[in-house]
Amino acid sequence: MSAILANNLPSGATHSVSTSGAPGTDSPAGSSALADKLFLHLTRLAAIGVFSVLAAILLSLLAGSGQSIMKFGFAFIFNPEWDPVKEEFGALIPIIGTLATAAIAMIIAVPVSFGIALFLTELSPPWLKRPLGTAVELLAAIPSIIYGMWGLFVFAPIFMETVQPALIGTLGKIPGFGLLFAGPPIGIGVFTAGLILSIMVIPFIAAVMRDVFDLVPPMLKESAYGLGSTTWEVMWKVVLPYTKVGVIGGIMLGLGRALGETMAVTFVIGNAHRFSTSLFAPGNSIASALANEFTEAVGDLYSSALIELGLILFLITSIVLALSKLMLMQLSKQEGTRS
Amino acid sequence: MSLNLMKMTGALAAGLLTGLLTPSAHAIDITGAGATFPYPIYAKWADGYKKATGTGMNYQSIGSGGGIKQITAKTVDFGASDMPMKAEDLQKEGLVQFPAVMGGVVPVYNLKGVASGQLKFTGELLAAIYMGKVAKWNDAAIAALNPGIKLPDDAISVVHRSDGSGTTFLWTNYLSKVSSDWKTAVGEGTSVKWATGVGGKGNEGVASYVQKINGTIGYVEYAYAKQNKLSFGAVKNKDGQFVLPDDDNFKAAAAGADWAKTPGMGVILTDQPGKISWPITGASFILMHAKQDKAENAKEVMRFFDWSFKNGAQVAAELDYVPIPEPVVKQIQAEWKARIKDASGKALY
Repeated sequence: MSAILANNLPSGATHSVSTSGAPGTDSPAGSSALADKLFLHLTRLAAIGVFSVLAAILLSLLAGSGQSIMKFGFAFIFNPEWDPVKEEFGALIPIIGTLATAAIAMIIAVPVSFGIALFLTELSPPWLKRPLGTAVELLAAIPSIIYGMWGLFVFAPIFMETVQPALIGTLGKIPGFGLLFAGPPIGIGVFTAGLILSIMVIPFIAAVMRDVFDLVPPMLKESAYGLGSTTWEVMWKVVLPYTKVGVIGGIMLGLGRALGETMAVTFVIGNAHRFSTSLFAPGNSIASALANEFTEAVGDLYSSALIELGLILFLITSIVLALSKLMLMQLSKQEGTRS
Repeated sequence: MSLNLMKMTGALAAGLLTGLLTPSAHAIDITGAGATFPYPIYAKWADGYKKATGTGMNYQSIGSGGGIKQITAKTVDFGASDMPMKAEDLQKEGLVQFPAVMGGVVPVYNLKGVASGQLKFTGELLAAIYMGKVAKWNDAAIAALNPGIKLPDDAISVVHRSDGSGTTFLWTNYLSKVSSDWKTAVGEGTSVKWATGVGGKGNEGVASYVQKINGTIGYVEYAYAKQNKLSFGAVKNKDGQFVLPDDDNFKAAAAGADWAKTPGMGVILTDQPGKISWPITGASFILMHAKQDKAENAKEVMRFFDWSFKNGAQVAAELDYVPIPEPVVKQIQAEWKARIKDASGKALY
């Protein structure tokens, strides 16, 4: 994650550094070929290393969850029970919690990040660009436990007294849809976890979006402006289509973080293995269930069920990544037909 | 705080002095792993013991479950668990178990206009609240026990632990003893299936929820209730008396217990008889192998706890733990002498 950020820090200009005329390659041809070969193998080793670590993680997760898979089978995913005393486990509640918090986070974070990136690249006066951009990047550097503590000690009480009663009084009254915002205001719960997550992922998405927006050749934009386009039209019809791969990459980066975030969510989600239609009710996510229960999980089946939860999170993240790749492929196909 | 700090520096200086005067005879360090609840006191004892003898003790608070796994695999010299192991499991693994320190769990609440110590609970009432059967503060069951206290018409927000813990084990063990409904519907364990409420991570998590949200009830180790100035309630004990949590009441609960007759000294101190006994008291346990491959390490572990029982009571009390009473220490020593042996069968204590 930090590598991606570091890559993004020197924005715009550095991307066009030319590579011609690099000196220092005047050694004999033989040793250069050997060095090339060595370099090839070295980089290949690094690439294989990543792959084998991934495979090893998947294998050990599979091995660790074997007992639970044998006992509960496929029904594990749809079972809402979680009873350590009677040793009956199911993953439905944590799966719902993980997906719901990530969805809330993305619904809030994507438009806000887009707004931040648009302002920074197109509308902001030049003197404001740098401090604002740095502030957004600083948000990304805050450790997640700080977000969790801030969420629990500062945000939740304010949210409980002001925003929640208002939402329950208004949105909660709508038949059907209102079920999502029902219940007593306690400040913590699935919705709060989603909100905190959105604040955590905004800097990642916004930073990537700003950097890719900066990469759009000025000539393209200026041509559009020259034809009489408004800023919005330039953004929507020129910049966004040109940068969609990068934008979707940024969103997926944020989504990946939202799905796997542990500490911040554990603080504010309420940690209850219970299903509720209300987003204000306490719930649980896979990552926070693991963080909470792994240390004191007594009994092999209990630990095995927790490891299977980890396996499911692994699979969810892989599916999300695969879907994003599919989406990009679909987009590039459309491009071909349109032009 | 500053007074405590001064005391600590005093103790440190004294420890340092003795450390300088007595040449360190033992080069080996001992290792232990397990329960998180006694970690602060074990760390303090280890510090003092290092100063006094030069032998270090490295304790990893990885949780009771982990502690049992590690001692079974013999990767540590001793394991620690908040929940006593069953006699047959001890037998099977060849382990010796003894209590090292005690503590109490207390019900805490946050209710506008009701001060600490004012509310009275019975075990049945606490079980009903934690099962969601009593859901309002002005419920007849609460009002009947607390005449004269103005109870609001507010929902009770139940707070429990989200992580597995010895505190939860004591709490659910007590509720199972006093309520048959609880026993069949929920049962006891380091983590259980809660019928209602929100989960806080660790004692500090529960304490902060109770502090922040009005109308909450939770349960924490006594030390956390005191440090966070939470309101705690009186609970009716086995003798029918309403008692408030206090060091003396925890000790009273331990005094009445029959340690010798319980296999593995695995006494669970909940719902003990005695006029002033606090009903939700418990000990944290140490596990060692009966047959020791590494005799030197085993000797050192016993020396460490011996020293801690003799010299660590004061520190324990400062951290709001309850030291093991003198007669029980004698029994532990007898147990060591009788059971812990080296490979050739020679007693190590």
